[in-house]
Amino acid sequence: MNLTHAILAALLYIVAAPVLAGLLAGVDRIISARMQARIGPPLLQPFYDLFKLFQKERIAVNKTGHFFLLGYLLFTIIAGVEFFIGGDLLIVIFALALGSVFFVLGAFAAGSPYSHIGAERELIQLMASEPMLILSAMGFYVATGSFQVHDIWSRPDLLIVILPGMFAGLVYVLTIKLRKSPFDLATSHHAHQEIVKGITTEFSGPYLAVIELAHWYETILLLGFLYLFFAPWPWLAVLALAAVYFLEILADNTNARLYWQWVLRSSWIFTAVAGAGNLVVLYYLSRGGTP
Amino acid sequence: MNIVLFLILFPLAMAGLIALLGGHVGLRTALVKIGSGVVAIGALVLLALNLQGETQWLRFDWPWLQKAVLGLDILVTLILLVIAVRGRQITVTALVIAQAALIGMTEFGGHAHAHVEAPLFIDSFSMIMAHIVGVIGGLIVWHAVGYMPHYHHHHPEVPGGQRWFFATIYLFLGAMYALVFSNHLSWLFLAWEVTTLCSFLLISYPRTPEARHNAFLALRLNMLGGVAFAGALLYLAKTGGPFALSEIIRSAPASMLVPVLLICVAGLTKAAQMPFSAWLLGAMVAPTPVSALLHSSTMVKAGVYVFVRFAPLLQNTVMGLLLALIGVTTFLFASCIAISQSNAKRVLAYSTIANLGLIVTCACVGNPQAVWAAILLIIFHAVAKALLFIAVGSAEHSIGSRDIEDMEGLIERRPKTALAILIGIAGMFLAPFGMLVSKWAAIEALMKSHPILPVMVAFGSSATLFFWSKWMGKILSTVKGPPPPHGPVSMEEKNAMFFLSLLTVGLCAAWPFISSLSIKPFLLSYYGTAVELNRVTIVIMSSMLALIVALPLSLLYKGEKKLRITTPYLSGANVLERDLFTASIGGTKPLAIRSYYLTEFFAEGRLTRMGLAATIALLAALVMVVKP
Amino acid sequence: MKLFQKSPWIIHYDGASCNGCDIEVLACLTPRYDVERFGIINTGNPKHADILLITGYINEQSQPVVRTIYEQMPEPKVVVAIGICATSGGIFRECYNTKGGVDSTIPVDVYVPGCAARPESIIDGVVQALAILERKKKEMAARP
Repeated sequence: MNLTHAILAALLYIVAAPVLAGLLAGVDRIISARMQARIGPPLLQPFYDLFKLFQKERIAVNKTGHFFLLGYLLFTIIAGVEFFIGGDLLIVIFALALGSVFFVLGAFAAGSPYSHIGAERELIQLMASEPMLILSAMGFYVATGSFQVHDIWSRPDLLIVILPGMFAGLVYVLTIKLRKSPFDLATSHHAHQEIVKGITTEFSGPYLAVIELAHWYETILLLGFLYLFFAPWPWLAVLALAAVYFLEILADNTNARLYWQWVLRSSWIFTAVAGAGNLVVLYYLSRGGTP
Repeated sequence: MNIVLFLILFPLAMAGLIALLGGHVGLRTALVKIGSGVVAIGALVLLALNLQGETQWLRFDWPWLQKAVLGLDILVTLILLVIAVRGRQITVTALVIAQAALIGMTEFGGHAHAHVEAPLFIDSFSMIMAHIVGVIGGLIVWHAVGYMPHYHHHHPEVPGGQRWFFATIYLFLGAMYALVFSNHLSWLFLAWEVTTLCSFLLISYPRTPEARHNAFLALRLNMLGGVAFAGALLYLAKTGGPFALSEIIRSAPASMLVPVLLICVAGLTKAAQMPFSAWLLGAMVAPTPVSALLHSSTMVKAGVYVFVRFAPLLQNTVMGLLLALIGVTTFLFASCIAISQSNAKRVLAYSTIANLGLIVTCACVGNPQAVWAAILLIIFHAVAKALLFIAVGSAEHSIGSRDIEDMEGLIERRPKTALAILIGIAGMFLAPFGMLVSKWAAIEALMKSHPILPVMVAFGSSATLFFWSKWMGKILSTVKGPPPPHGPVSMEEKNAMFFLSLLTVGLCAAWPFISSLSIKPFLLSYYGTAVELNRVTIVIMSSMLALIVALPLSLLYKGEKKLRITTPYLSGANVLERDLFTASIGGTKPLAIRSYYLTEFFAEGRLTRMGLAATIALLAALVMVVKP
Repeated sequence: MKLFQKSPWIIHYDGASCNGCDIEVLACLTPRYDVERFGIINTGNPKHADILLITGYINEQSQPVVRTIYEQMPEPKVVVAIGICATSGGIFRECYNTKGGVDSTIPVDVYVPGCAARPESIIDGVVQALAILERKKKEMAARP
């Protein structure tokens, strides 16, 4: 990928990702409402919410909060840009983690018990989901011989065929990343609530809007991860992503929140079985069955 | 290359001088300070003289030299024996005697001792190690000058022995230099034993029963390694194998299995890998400069140093894979255990054990990229960990506790110390800082080996994410500000913290240069190939670093004037002061926040037992694989 | 675009009531009334909310809490007093511990009478509050 293409891809991501993710969130809320026998909000509701938040008064418990949130937004965008210009998958994952750590630190710095609990729980979620993300990068490497998104993207073969475990594992931790029940420990969307609003408790108005925006960028990036499994067949990819997202909404609406112990244990076990299992099988297959 | 001899002999001379003249406080302080400067500058001069990183050999035409080394060996053994007998330590005594017997059989057993052409050498990897010893060692000694009076002030029960303290530190620095420049295995072994001895003396410095117990624990486990090392020497002497490091590396891997394994076992003990890791936790009773110098940045690196040296022999062997599994098991378990710890020094100790495990893993995988990652890890870990130890020691003096829970709001109470800790922690696990760069390189390199290795690294590094972030959060959390702490931080401590912080950040910008200047020549000389860096990756990493450095500028943003500061949400039950709330049955209560330690999952005892069982099984498997 | 009218987030606080009105407020969220049609979300966090719904009268104990919650909401914000107790103290007006309706403690923008207030009238009250919210937004923007 040459420089012009890279810059175009980066710009496209920066502009289009929030639009796409916002629409997706709108669809999400309508489908959720229909699942609950309600009509639900208009499709553009997430945008109304976001712009309203930007117009609210700025209040905070201290002066450093916005600094951390800026870090969250910036590094999430950097992760996405690195992904969509075809860069190194591991760097993408680490930049994403850096962004999340900034978010967590912001909540810690607020010095409020509710945001503190939310921050600790967010860390548990990070710890629960991080191995699977790294493992998926390893899976792509074993399958294609490269960590570069560009190389993985341009492979002619359908990676889902040889990486089904990786795909399943990623879908599993996607529930954590999308903040869906039963894994919405740290904070929650829509009208769900427990422990106030967890990690976002102390952030309001424009700050909350920044968090939502960063979350949108993150959502598109994660869907990009899943897209890689179907890259040669775009129509199949879109169908698969839609199915996955529908499953996430279904899970969100049919499950109660789990204990953090369950979240951590189940996602590590699932990662070890589906992700690492897939990796080990591939390793031995690639060596022609001779260990 | 007289500079090499100077680097080894100067600290030894300083040790002698301080032991002789150190009774006078002013004189001792001046001596120690000058010495630390010379040690650091000496290491830098070495770089200036040998910028190309060419391998150079030092030959000596003095027949008595080898006898002198043997004499010193005997002397060290005798000292260890005296210590063991006076401490009534049966195991240690037995180990010292066993080691003496092995060395005796090597030297006087009638085997023709292989001649080593050049007993000392210098290549780019030795230079990197020498810089760690010199620059970080120099800074820590400088720091210790300011720290030790505080230490004695806070621990009046510890008898004053600063004279011997500093003499031992310099003795250690000399031994460390000798260790990284030795080509002759007997010389390496002597330096190895001297570092063990220094470690023992410095751990037992507080003179408490606990310190004594832990010092002997360290001695016992390290002597186990010493015996293994001596066994390797005897095996080489018996089979007529080479005694020069450079020749061993060039031998056929199959012929060197036994001695390499034995020396690697010695490396495992020194690098505090499971199942030998217990001593490093005990070693935390020593004063902070000792933890910073010996038990995180330099001496334990001697353990991984031998692994990196033997990397070409370990590459693609079953032995290498098993050793790598020991390393990665240690990484995973130590990282997980660190989550459950609230004592800052224990967190640092577990993290040190974990990172040494990662270095061992990379070195044992042994492909050029893995070795590249291992060396980067050695550099970054040394700097960031030394900074962390020093800053935590400083915080301990100001708040009177080394518990992470007590560091709440340190950013308001001790902004500079807090910032140093934050930089150190960021250096340990966040992109784009050094350790993360190395971890990224490590995962990519480990993919070329068995996939179970990088999988375990992925799980382990997720655990590190948890405990480091939690600690950072605690420091930033500003629930309440207990009154500003007592006691100023000494100038020397501030200097050391400042320069190490600068190094931690600076190295992140400079690592591509370090890689091409120092690590590349080493890899070329070992493998004939080197690692090529991806330009785009460097650009992304550098821009992330620039952003992180620039982000605090956003705090100056003027729009914040419109910001209304309000109270945190406490279900509306806030009392006017921000750290009080109205309790449900009336009356006000102070707000208190405690972190998660997840002890149900990451129980220290259970995880330690599991780690020990796994690594002991791996050691047993190693013995089965390598039949002499 | 009148964004505040399209995205009113509410927080519901029960000063001291018989819980009749609380149940009616919650009924608004159920499929039968579905206030999310108007973008209304019950946030449970004053820092995220635009509209404070208060049911029940104000007594000694709840007064400081109501003040704090109101203070912690970012501008622009409106208060809707729901039910007759919240508007005037209702049958508890003469009780020894009663401070009065919500307006004894914080400024109230919309009064929704009823015992208990019906969901239809609660929704109507909130919709009236939206217009006030929009006006306050304009006033806020006009302020230097």
